[in-house]
Amino acid sequence: MRYSGLKVFTEGLFGNKGWRPAWRDPAPKAEYDAVIIGGGGHGLSTAYYLAKNHGLTNIAVLEKGYLGGGNVGRNTTIVRANYFLPGNSEFYSHSLKLWEGLEADLNYNVMHSQRGLINLFHSDGQRDAFARRGNAMINQGDDAVLLDRDGVREMLPYLDFDQTRFPIYGGLLHPRGGTARHDAVAWGYARGADRRGVDLIQNCEVTGIDIQNGRVTGVQTTRGAIRAGKVGMVVAGRSGQVAAMAGMRLPVESHILQAFVTEGLKPVIDHVISFGMGHFYISQSDKGGLVFGGDLDFYTSYAQRGNLPMVEHVMEAGMTLMPMIGRARVLRSWGGIMDMTPDGSPIIDKTPVEGLFVDCGWNYGGFKAVPASGWCMAHLMATGESHAVARRFTLNRFLTGHLLDEEGTGSQHNLH
Amino acid sequence: MRLTCPLCGDRDRREFTYYGAEDYLHRPAAEAPLADWDGYLHLRDNPAGETRDLWYHEAGCAQWLLVSRNTVTHAISKVELVAERKA
Repeated sequence: MRYSGLKVFTEGLFGNKGWRPAWRDPAPKAEYDAVIIGGGGHGLSTAYYLAKNHGLTNIAVLEKGYLGGGNVGRNTTIVRANYFLPGNSEFYSHSLKLWEGLEADLNYNVMHSQRGLINLFHSDGQRDAFARRGNAMINQGDDAVLLDRDGVREMLPYLDFDQTRFPIYGGLLHPRGGTARHDAVAWGYARGADRRGVDLIQNCEVTGIDIQNGRVTGVQTTRGAIRAGKVGMVVAGRSGQVAAMAGMRLPVESHILQAFVTEGLKPVIDHVISFGMGHFYISQSDKGGLVFGGDLDFYTSYAQRGNLPMVEHVMEAGMTLMPMIGRARVLRSWGGIMDMTPDGSPIIDKTPVEGLFVDCGWNYGGFKAVPASGWCMAHLMATGESHAVARRFTLNRFLTGHLLDEEGTGSQHNLH
Repeated sequence: MRLTCPLCGDRDRREFTYYGAEDYLHRPAAEAPLADWDGYLHLRDNPAGETRDLWYHEAGCAQWLLVSRNTVTHAISKVELVAERKA
């Protein structure tokens, strides 16, 4: 079924009785050409691009819960391409271009809204660093505008510009940055993959990875054994456990990152605002809720909920930046499990086991990467070679020293 | 979350700074192969469940603590002084 405005209109006339499930619910087959472990954003986009770009349709996505029930449904929906380092820059640029064509490609409304993203700076030194970052973005072919204090004031008059701790000097505007409807991205990719013949198998937990003579031969699951010559591990925060089934340790620690949403309000914040010095960022959803978050709780956790000290810190930062939100009531908070790497950059690579691939280490920036991650993981699984824009996301770069330390804070687990 | 420091007693999580997995207690010798250093610095078991990690009692006794903790429930079962453990 193709979705369109006309379809919505005619269904409305006839009681909306013609809608069908967006994807099938197939039983797992005994064998596939490839299986992807993990039915989140990255796993579903990998399946979609394997089918679309590489013609591999005898494949399955194995999801232990329900599709899109992990981080793709638990994030703060920001889409941007404001990276600096070669390796990251071209990858996120590619991802943003895919975002811009995603709705037409998927025939699915992911509510991609390029409302502009502003990173605030608070000192001369930080301004220079942001100017340099903006130049790198422009060199990459993306967009960046350096705003001075008055420029920011014109766009965001409600900020407290004279706070004593971090007075606002200006901001780096990324006009093509913005947000998207997070669940719709998972659903759109799921529907697109299903329509191309991919089996999306839910409530199917992988319990073992079969390896013979250094080659992957399939997986054991709670719904029986499945043979496959290629297996992709795309499980974000659970990467450590799945890799352990293949006898591997990964350079990944799983941390908790909290996020918050207020009750629905009338439109008040038109952009995505990032206040890095205060560890705070905010946008307003189309439903009206202020969606905001801060930094990690900074201890390893799989709890999907955080502790109060970080809640307090985020609220304080928000009040410091924009006192006007003080009377909005927080509706709920939640936590996502972040697969943190020592240098803060991801991994899309082969593993020492032939036919076994890994896509992980998305830290706290996985959502915007969903299209390009799937694109590059599909390329890797189909061709055996890394895609040009993901060539530096290697698994062994910590051993060899080819780090991608975007923040410039070092390459150690507690630094990002 | 609260931690019971062996020296200071039951204290708020804000007093402590998290460092990382217990792996950091097993520093390789200077001439150890690169793979050992990679394991020490980067590779992690990253368990969902019981784990042991290092915390620093920054706003208290300034001791390094080895904390036995559950990463799924946030329950803390044991807190030891690293200094005593090594002795």
